[in-house]
Amino acid sequence: MSKVFIGMGTCGLATGAGQVKTAVEKWAAARAVKVEITATGCIGYCKAEPIMDVVTESGHRVSYSNVTPEVAGFILDEVLVRKNYSLDGLLGQFRNGKSPLPGIPLLDEHPYFKKQVKYVLRNCGVIDPESIVDYRTHGGFQGFEKALGMTREQVIQEITRSGLRGRGGSGFLAGKKWELALASKNEKKYVICNADEGDPGAFMDRSILEGDTYAVLEGMMIAGYAIGANEGIIYCRAEYPLAIGRIRKAINVLKAEGLLEKPVGASGFQFMLRIKMGAGAFVCGEETALMASVEGRRGMPRPRPPFPSVEGLFQKPTIVNNVETMANVSHIMREGAESFSCMGTQNSKGTKVFALTGKITNPGLVEVPMGITLREIVFDIGGGIPGGKAFKAVQIGGPSGGCIPAEHLDIQIDYESLKSVGTIMGSGGLVVMDEDTCMVDMARYFLAFITSESCGKCIPCREGTQRLFEILDSIVSPYSRMADETENLLRFNRVLNMEGLAQVIKDTSLCGLGQSAPNPVLSTLRFFREEYEAHIYDRKCPAHQCKGLLTYSIDTNACTGCTLCAKKCPTAAIVGEKKKAHYIVDEKCIRCGTCLDICRFTAVTVN
Amino acid sequence: MEMTQQARPIEEVVAKYPKSREHLISILQEVQAEYGYLSKESINRISDYLGLPSSKIFGVATFYNQFKLSAPGRIQVAICRGTACHVKGSLNLLDNCRQLLGIEVGQTSKDGLFSLETVACLGCCSIAPAMMVNGRFFGRLDKKMLEELIEKWRAAGRVEE
Repeated sequence: MSKVFIGMGTCGLATGAGQVKTAVEKWAAARAVKVEITATGCIGYCKAEPIMDVVTESGHRVSYSNVTPEVAGFILDEVLVRKNYSLDGLLGQFRNGKSPLPGIPLLDEHPYFKKQVKYVLRNCGVIDPESIVDYRTHGGFQGFEKALGMTREQVIQEITRSGLRGRGGSGFLAGKKWELALASKNEKKYVICNADEGDPGAFMDRSILEGDTYAVLEGMMIAGYAIGANEGIIYCRAEYPLAIGRIRKAINVLKAEGLLEKPVGASGFQFMLRIKMGAGAFVCGEETALMASVEGRRGMPRPRPPFPSVEGLFQKPTIVNNVETMANVSHIMREGAESFSCMGTQNSKGTKVFALTGKITNPGLVEVPMGITLREIVFDIGGGIPGGKAFKAVQIGGPSGGCIPAEHLDIQIDYESLKSVGTIMGSGGLVVMDEDTCMVDMARYFLAFITSESCGKCIPCREGTQRLFEILDSIVSPYSRMADETENLLRFNRVLNMEGLAQVIKDTSLCGLGQSAPNPVLSTLRFFREEYEAHIYDRKCPAHQCKGLLTYSIDTNACTGCTLCAKKCPTAAIVGEKKKAHYIVDEKCIRCGTCLDICRFTAVTVN
Repeated sequence: MEMTQQARPIEEVVAKYPKSREHLISILQEVQAEYGYLSKESINRISDYLGLPSSKIFGVATFYNQFKLSAPGRIQVAICRGTACHVKGSLNLLDNCRQLLGIEVGQTSKDGLFSLETVACLGCCSIAPAMMVNGRFFGRLDKKMLEELIEKWRAAGRVEE
């Protein structure tokens, strides 16, 4: 029987992996051969989706990119019938212990994968995430079994020794957190896995949950044993239906296998797992807000202490760890603390997964050892900026983080170095921006996000971010929108207070969301002050992104009077006679750019 | 999300949950999945079931972005406004969408066919700009693709496979 693997994570499915699967089934039916199709998670090279792997007669797994339903059959014919593997879209072959096929490059030597170290993502895109058998053949549950043979203290010691720090953003030592929870004496304790990946621009957790579901659950079971908890809750955002479905299935399988809700091992450890769907609130990524949400209340944070490890969910000791942290735990337990701590820097051990997106040639999910430079990630792995544009900055850490400009491209990726340039590791979103991105617009975008996501509990965050947003909004407003000269003076007055206000929000907000909310503003001010000045003094947006500051005009010499723009203009802002030059009435223009797009004589200019 | 069969009575929908506040969000999610949104009537019935004031339920329902308090269209278009999508021009895409559908964010078209909303991040940033329509993901969008898709759905009256 022939074997085919298709990457069917959310991004794979969105680009047509489902149709590829149907095409493979049709191919098999037409030739009356049996083909075993395995739907895997995402291997991370999203640019190449849909990806299909075919196992050759010799047992080598060869990977092909951008497979369409039309070419799927052709690839199968070539690989399985004609034994010809060098086809368009060839990515490479998997390293599998056998001597590699001659003339076919190895997948892990592909430029995109060469500098990556797959520790936590090792199974993503490789195994069938819905098969516990497949997970076991790849070492699954060995870590859990090993943990059961140790004392609770020993397990925690192992995690502490590995140097694993919370991958959700805070970077708190996981072992330390567990130690505190173990020290809290209580009949009932909880383990919560934070899968409420609310950071816009991040999808590491989704990929791990979709591609290696059991590893996350195993990590939670180990954590449960280590702190003496008997219940685990996965708080997963509702926007990830595929992940939720897989978690549900996996929990049922674990129950059927007797690993959950029954005593396991010599110590009689008994654990139950359930899933709780988030309902779309960014603030619920904060642990105390998350717990409020699990309790069925509005997701509002509360002051700490008491810390969750002492008084958490339903007032019981609770640990909250991120998906990536939990998945790391199962691998660390199986392979020992050294397998993890041998990678990385002095204070940041192991690897980190980043979601590399934005203006980048190879967007996708990358796992790199700590200490790698940003330049290596963006240019060696990511392939640089498409279209020959210039690199401007990287936004790291989402709305709580900051930007890193070109002059700091050689910065090492670790918790401390990132702090030194005013940003944070965050959960791992890396959004690349090129010369066409306006940094003021980015800051305004993040603040708009924060104002709508602020829970409203504390005043600095609720009111302060709103005022900060208004300041940025006035910066990108045209002179013509000012009612009178007083308003213009007020605008300057607000601008003068901007940095001070940002600092107050930072210093006085209750939770991490508010405390980090001004970061995008402070960080862009630090590195791109001249862009702010261009907006404020010249009322110009150098990147041509802030609509309010753009002026569309028609070059009367180039305009042929074809009337196309006048017909398409949604607000009838373009006037002119047929075969004569047209004009744009600025007051009516909504800056939609339709005329610029459709003009065949490049007569429309924007400034 | 298209309602093909008759919706079950609300008591039947919530019956599997114990009468405890802890399950409020799950109940709201289940009710919304059944009816498409949370009506005043539904909120009052849930209030009776849990013995919790309607105001508390309203407070929770309005806190979370997922819950809708008015009936959505048969085709629910959700444009992703995540960072990666923003950098790749999702604001223009949203403008195009508003023009194509003739409705604002949060509204439903008069014929009840389309409703438009934005979502903080769909988590498929590598194929930005993206949108979700009735639970299905679409990526690497541009104005032309959007026009074609919407015309197709408008003609068919539903999201076609």
